[in-house]
Amino acid sequence: MLLKDKKVIIVGDRDGIPGPAIAACCSTAGAEVVFSSTECFV
Amino acid sequence: MYSVVKGASYFIAHAPDMVVNNGTTQTTQRKADPNAEYLTQLEKSLRSYEDCVAYLPNQVYIGNMTPEELEGYALPWYEQKALGAQRKGKYGEIMPEDEFIGMMKICDVFDLVKLEAGFSADLKEKLGQHALIDASQLEVFDKPSKEAELRKLIDKEHAEPIYYLGKMVGCIKAAHDFDESLSAHVIFENIVSKASCVLSILHLMDQTDVAKDEIAYVIECSEEACGDMNQRGGGNFAKAAAEIAGLTNATGCDVRGFCAGPTHALLQAASLVKAGLFKYVVVAAGGSTAKLGMNGKDHVKKGMPALEDCVAGFAILVGENDGISPEINTDILGRHTVGTGSSPQAVISSLTAAALEKAGLKLTDVDKYSVEMQNPDITKPAGAGNVPEANYKMIGALAAMRGEIQKAELADFVKKHGMVGWAPTQGHIPSGVPYMGFARQDILEGKISRAMFIGKGSLFLGRMTNLFDGVSFVLQQNSGKGQSEAVSEETVKKLIAQSLKDFAGHLLQE
Amino acid sequence: MKEFTEEFGAENIVIVLGAAEGEAAGLAAETVTAGDPTFAGPLAGVQLGLRVYHVCEPEIKDEVDPQVYEEQISMMEMVLDIDDIIKEMTSIREQYCKYN
Repeated sequence: MLLKDKKVIIVGDRDGIPGPAIAACCSTAGAEVVFSSTECFV
Repeated sequence: MYSVVKGASYFIAHAPDMVVNNGTTQTTQRKADPNAEYLTQLEKSLRSYEDCVAYLPNQVYIGNMTPEELEGYALPWYEQKALGAQRKGKYGEIMPEDEFIGMMKICDVFDLVKLEAGFSADLKEKLGQHALIDASQLEVFDKPSKEAELRKLIDKEHAEPIYYLGKMVGCIKAAHDFDESLSAHVIFENIVSKASCVLSILHLMDQTDVAKDEIAYVIECSEEACGDMNQRGGGNFAKAAAEIAGLTNATGCDVRGFCAGPTHALLQAASLVKAGLFKYVVVAAGGSTAKLGMNGKDHVKKGMPALEDCVAGFAILVGENDGISPEINTDILGRHTVGTGSSPQAVISSLTAAALEKAGLKLTDVDKYSVEMQNPDITKPAGAGNVPEANYKMIGALAAMRGEIQKAELADFVKKHGMVGWAPTQGHIPSGVPYMGFARQDILEGKISRAMFIGKGSLFLGRMTNLFDGVSFVLQQNSGKGQSEAVSEETVKKLIAQSLKDFAGHLLQE
Repeated sequence: MKEFTEEFGAENIVIVLGAAEGEAAGLAAETVTAGDPTFAGPLAGVQLGLRVYHVCEPEIKDEVDPQVYEEQISMMEMVLDIDDIIKEMTSIREQYCKYN
């Protein structure tokens, strides 16, 4: 298992997948989200 | 009755020296390492004014080429030149940096912009030729500064130098000794924003048949903040710009919403006019110095010119229904709400399908979507992808998920309902609004009947919320009701007059 | 990111990216595994070698509740070039990742 019981750091992208959407996914796999951000290049 | 779009203008100032000295990517780099290789390379990657004018996407921005024509050119666009490129376009102009600095001086009412003597004289002559600048506005160039005075302001009093072709030609003074909100840096950003906003308004008024004194309200929707330390975002760029542009009968205010600002502002303008408060409202915004050269590191690394050298602006005139101009349909409203969430499908659905469904329309019923029209020539090499294309694919994917098109038709949907991006990466500038001029024209010519404008904003960048934001509306062919209603009002008057006559005759008979 | 690495131990950390295309994903991945290649960010010169994945890669997707993935991500699978992203990410992990 890659995510279970791991600490997850999220670098989302406004024009890809934003941070909160990734966080919602990772939480269901038993990971703890310790940091989440969303980048904006434009 | 819906309000209508009477015109749209677009302005670009070529600003390579501001890329080097004012863009945050560069100022941050200079703080970290003033001798960084990137900064040396960047200066060699700057474009000439002629190259900026001949740049295909810029010619589209000011209306000399259409988005469809641009689509015929393969990327990279920076390696090609527009044939017969012009400074002046149907919707506005591309101004050289020196003249734009002159406009900053004209827009400065607190004597904060100081310019060197030779440069001032040169500007007086150049701007004297400009059709939209009044002779009385040129008097500001008669009181130039000595170089020693400028040096003292820069070295001792925290003034921000102004450069042209790499040479110091003036400075912007701090407007207060201690107040950071009035520092020379902030004033520089704000005067650039104001000047580009003013020029956009001047072009708008030049194009439309509405007189300046008929404008009752201006809504400014950039991403800058003006105020002092006690009210840092106090405002009001709108009225400040209206003053210089000569809109004597206008008041106004600023509307903010990151890149979604212009769409929010247009909805407010449309509502104010529809509700009968004002006959004409201008929505306008100037550009940003901070974003100049934002992706410069990637461009320089790839041996490309520094393409983000444009301070941009736009202005749109919203007016009461004239029976002809395209209508802003405020009944088809897309809204990303607090509860919408941030998954891409929830976001795009709230802004498109959900709004259209309420009006009994499908995603395929909108002829063109105007999304974030960022120029892919700039964003792709920087790793941000092709932003408009990604948006169109999302709308298409949504249409496929809803069974409105087959999954295999996705590419066709993108081509048919989408456009290539052409706007400078200035945040709020590419957001929905760049297509307004063309959309108005395409609808008037009957090429399309319905366009959807979508503005999205990255609110999380302000660290007050993790939320995203967005609003959208539909611009549609005029139903002709405006005209027919005007006619019918006249008819009603005639009918009343006729019946009164009949009644009077009737009384006489009795 | 260095702080998190110190606090939780590099072996306990997974970085998950949401970049819009392969190259950007690769660049972000390189930054967290090999240090910042542009030598500008806070991680300049620090080789952390952390585990890094894009959320659309099968390694992540397979562990996520399918219904949540469907709601949050699935539409973007039609938009993003997933193959390109996987290719870039795999290459970066092979070069720099210290943990398996």
